[in-house]
Amino acid sequence: MPQRLPIIVFALIMAAIPFIPAVPPFWIVLLDNIGLAALVAMGLVLLTGVGGLTSFGQAAFCGFGAYTTAVLTTAYGVSPWLTLPLSLLVSGIAAVLLGLITVRLSGHYLPLGTLAWGLGLFYLFSKLEFLGRNDGISAIPPLSIGSLRMIDPGTIYFAIWIAVLICAVLTLNLLDSRTGRAIRALRRGHIAAEAFGVQTPRAKLLVFIYAAVLAGLSGWLYAHFQRAANPTPFGAHAGIEYLFIAVVGGAGYVWGGVLGAGIVVILKEILQSYLPYLFHGEGQLETIVFGILLVLLLQLAPTGVWPWLMARLPFKPKRKRPDTSLTLPARVRDADAAGVLLQIDRARKQFGGVIAVNDVSFDVRAGEIVALIGPNGAGKSTTFNLITGVLTSSGGTISVLGRKIDNAPPQQVAKLGIARTFQHVKLVPDMTVLENVAIGAHLRGHAGALSSMFRLDRADEARLLAEAARQIERVGLADQIDQLAGSLSLGQQRIVEIARALCVDPMLLLLDEPAAGLRHMEKQKLAALLRQLRDGGMSVLLVEHDMGFVMDLADRIVVLDFGTKIAEGKPEAIKTNPEVIKAYLGAVA
Amino acid sequence: MNTTIMLFLVQDGITNGAIYALLGLALVLVFAVTRVILIPQGEFVTYGALTYASLSSGQVPGTARLAVAMGIVAFCLDLFAGRRSLHPRLVGRAFAINIILPVVIFALTSWLAGRHPPIAVNIALSLSIVAAIGVFLYRIVFQPLAHTSVLVLLIASVGCHLALQGFGLVFFGAEGQRGPTIADVAFTLGPLRFTGQSITVYAITIAFIVGLWLFFGLTLYGKALRATAINRLGARLVGIRTTLSGQIAFLLASVIGAISGILIVPITTLYYDTGFLIGLKGFIAAIIGGLVSYPLTAVAALVVGTVEAFSSFYASNFKEVIVFTLIIPVLLLRSLAAPAVEEEKD
Repeated sequence: MPQRLPIIVFALIMAAIPFIPAVPPFWIVLLDNIGLAALVAMGLVLLTGVGGLTSFGQAAFCGFGAYTTAVLTTAYGVSPWLTLPLSLLVSGIAAVLLGLITVRLSGHYLPLGTLAWGLGLFYLFSKLEFLGRNDGISAIPPLSIGSLRMIDPGTIYFAIWIAVLICAVLTLNLLDSRTGRAIRALRRGHIAAEAFGVQTPRAKLLVFIYAAVLAGLSGWLYAHFQRAANPTPFGAHAGIEYLFIAVVGGAGYVWGGVLGAGIVVILKEILQSYLPYLFHGEGQLETIVFGILLVLLLQLAPTGVWPWLMARLPFKPKRKRPDTSLTLPARVRDADAAGVLLQIDRARKQFGGVIAVNDVSFDVRAGEIVALIGPNGAGKSTTFNLITGVLTSSGGTISVLGRKIDNAPPQQVAKLGIARTFQHVKLVPDMTVLENVAIGAHLRGHAGALSSMFRLDRADEARLLAEAARQIERVGLADQIDQLAGSLSLGQQRIVEIARALCVDPMLLLLDEPAAGLRHMEKQKLAALLRQLRDGGMSVLLVEHDMGFVMDLADRIVVLDFGTKIAEGKPEAIKTNPEVIKAYLGAVA
Repeated sequence: MNTTIMLFLVQDGITNGAIYALLGLALVLVFAVTRVILIPQGEFVTYGALTYASLSSGQVPGTARLAVAMGIVAFCLDLFAGRRSLHPRLVGRAFAINIILPVVIFALTSWLAGRHPPIAVNIALSLSIVAAIGVFLYRIVFQPLAHTSVLVLLIASVGCHLALQGFGLVFFGAEGQRGPTIADVAFTLGPLRFTGQSITVYAITIAFIVGLWLFFGLTLYGKALRATAINRLGARLVGIRTTLSGQIAFLLASVIGAISGILIVPITTLYYDTGFLIGLKGFIAAIIGGLVSYPLTAVAALVVGTVEAFSSFYASNFKEVIVFTLIIPVLLLRSLAAPAVEEEKD
């Protein structure tokens, strides 16, 4: 949650600096540069630090912003203020085109891909005739309000820093919202987020465009600050520099971007002005020292300077508890939500020559707890993944309330009211329990990115958080609500996953080994909770290895072995079934 | 277009492409084993090339001094890391690798400078200097960061690139240099003239591809490297020293980089900062190869080289634009065919 007071204090300090009599004008130029870099770095924080998409190409987006205004103001005489939306639009459109190609890339393709098109665009800028080739475009008119022309660094200072502060607040608002949580979940892989209805490709494209627009804004300001645009500041080295500004400052933190910009710009300046005195002007020493210092800084504080500073603050910001009296309207249910909810008919999954699930059929009816058991490698989790759309099936049909859903994307399955937990816990460790659980309610909120940025989403947001808090209370983790999910024990993390699934307001809950890692008392509490849910009309399908837990709880048990169903029935019948005993204990000699 | 020009362009493209292939192989290797995207690969190229050129013109290259300095730092780090259990064997080993080795190379270099040693000796010296720098680079910069994210490693890699490029300017100056050719023979085949140099380029590239393939497929160290690449923790649990794997990867990468440099410095003039761009073209090949496949990387490198040759003939202004945007259709294909695999990142 953005803390208002520190931001206001920071804004006041920044506003006061130019009026301090002894401040050398040169400092103001430095601060202008810091502000320009901070804008780009902030976008990278969202893109790289939060969203996990590393981009070397941000400088190219600055170029789009700068050249758009340069061409329009010099060749066509358009007013600089009119070119602002156009500059942002051009960077945004470029981001859509490049983003459609780039954001679907995973892992290391992404940074390398951005490096490649970043370079390509740099060479394009430096070769195109109408962009002035290597010389660029000069004599760009300054920004002006009435008769005030922002020519000297001291006046454009205000334009730059107002932009930085507005963007910082908008970015913080965005991160602290329904869309923000979806973005923050991206870095930990897409499966968990998609299981709760997050359209991950769209979320990735969104941050990509957002970062590009911030870079475009920085480029637009740069063009009117320098009153010229040439290709050099938009090349690969600049793109790399923005990235390490973000990393040095703390890639996951908006203010880390601003701090990183300060550190890097000032460090470079100091090196450039003092090293020649120390070493009698031997060339290029500043890049050497700069490179070495960068490596040293990373070795000392790999997560960046901002979190390092924050961890040393004597006071911790307090969080507001959500008001649990607000209610979220229930998910729209189908009228015939009684009878057979989930019907699996000869479902099949082949991985090459291995048949992981071999023509398995069973169903789950409304208001019952069905357990799926079997030795390791029996195909239980694969069956789960087929139902939830993580894997596409090789044959057979899976239907929910009589409607076929096989090969529907996970988001669609979540919409139908099927919520799941994961065998290997998939929470975002650096988000609080509350925020993690609120991702479960993603489909029940409506606020988009823009309304979040301008804080028009508060009513929607309060209801989502209230629902999340209620589900956390329900599973008995109210005391841990503000802790980071990563700091909880594994058993507790599994319970958090159940709360997150409950936030979907599901009719069917799929639990993958929910009792693993729980202590005896915790298992009993979990069993009681599941019974209570069933009595409230919810169905549960669970995979579990703890036989005591399963036999006590389940109404019906389906047993898989080597991908094939070998038995189905009531717990008492399963306990004595010779096939099942053979599968678990081996054949009687 | 007439066939002769086309054949010339293809030949030129293949020669360049072979160099990119070598660099692409090194990048794939280092990334797979250490997760480092090796931006300073380009500096290995320039260091190799310019060290060789300086040696040939009878000067003592500054890189030899750099190797000694880095060795001293690496030695201190080794002592610091092992401070709780300093026994003589450990210290002796560290001293031999970090101090004696670079000092011996430096002494040899200084002694031989101006005595016009044969080309082979110069090549061997250049390779050992750059190899030492590569291994020490891993020890000093990346080994302490081995547990961090790919992003942090990448930024550290950028830091190394900046520092090494700066050193390059100090050592070799801003003027470009050329080195003597390795083989002076030449013969013509139809309209094409094959120089000994280009034949050497092809031969060494092929030798490296086959060599790496044999190394990874047949030797225990190669298998250990592959194991480290797939699962660091698992590799450690079965007794593979992951730091050793990292050092081997950097050793190979620096040797490959230096060889590429030595191979091209007789053909084109190299400046202290040329390596970056050459390295990046190796990257393009490596990306097209998916950072995993050696043969695909080699083929991709040939494509990159050929496209570069043709575009420099037809649209020389947009040569770099074309080469770097070549990647976009490939990325597009990859993203369309990308399987929905979950990556556990941190």
